Amino acid sequence: MTCKYFLAYNTPVDAVFKALADPTRRTLLDRLYEKNGQTLNELCADLGMTRQAVSQHLALLEAANLTVTVWHGREKLHYLNPAPLFEIYARWLGKYEQRRLEALNELKRALEKKNDDR
Amino acid sequence: MKKPEFVYVTYIATTPERLWEALTRGEFTRKYWYDRRIESDWRIGSPVRFYDGANNDLTDSGVVLESDPPRRLAYTFQNEFDPQARQAGASRVTFTLEPFEGMVKLTLVHDELPSEQMAVEFREGWAPILSSLKTFLESGQPLPQLRHLEEQGRPRREEGR
Repeated sequence: MTCKYFLAYNTPVDAVFKALADPTRRTLLDRLYEKNGQTLNELCADLGMTRQAVSQHLALLEAANLTVTVWHGREKLHYLNPAPLFEIYARWLGKYEQRRLEALNELKRALEKKNDDR
Repeated sequence: MKKPEFVYVTYIATTPERLWEALTRGEFTRKYWYDRRIESDWRIGSPVRFYDGANNDLTDSGVVLESDPPRRLAYTFQNEFDPQARQAGASRVTFTLEPFEGMVKLTLVHDELPSEQMAVEFREGWAPILSSLKTFLESGQPLPQLRHLEEQGRPRREEGR
């Protein structure tokens, strides 16, 4: 991982949002979701951008830990890394899910109690 | 050599030794891995077994491929629970632990998956487990969502398999 960007922001979360704030980078993530483990050449296809520009976008994604690179023989493959997005999900959206589960649990208990009372 | 199908990297504020323990000891895996208890002597070639913490049913099994504490751990992973997944065969899980800026960089590679369908299932399954592992090591508590499912008895889906 190149730390240049990672350290340029206060927290890793800042780097994630910065990386996601660009439509090309979101497209790259979508493409990796469709097919994980692609080379720079594969990812450049139909983007209408120079190889160098795509390479810079990938560097920012990697710095935010949204993608990971793995050498496979002589090919450098880019992988979608779900960790930062899942951590964002767990921190903000997971709370809503928990409340929903708790509400269902409450309902279940209340209904079962009613049954017991009969 | 086939290319890896799934790579996951997370940074955890802990030591490699503590992370190694969390990955290899059943009393810890139960805390963040849907109550799964892992069991092995972690010698190369030894069996690895996953048990359901609640009823001690065998859920998954494997064989230790690499064990270099606290740096690298690899084992095969074979479902023992779902007949269809079991028949599909074993895959391989490799954990690499590297110190990074006072934290530990944990890399998980899951490869040699027997089918595309399993690749999708694993991809969805690992994220909550590893996120819960991170939360567990950093706060002593697993993710609330996973704790909740644990309290309800069974996970809604068989994840991480």
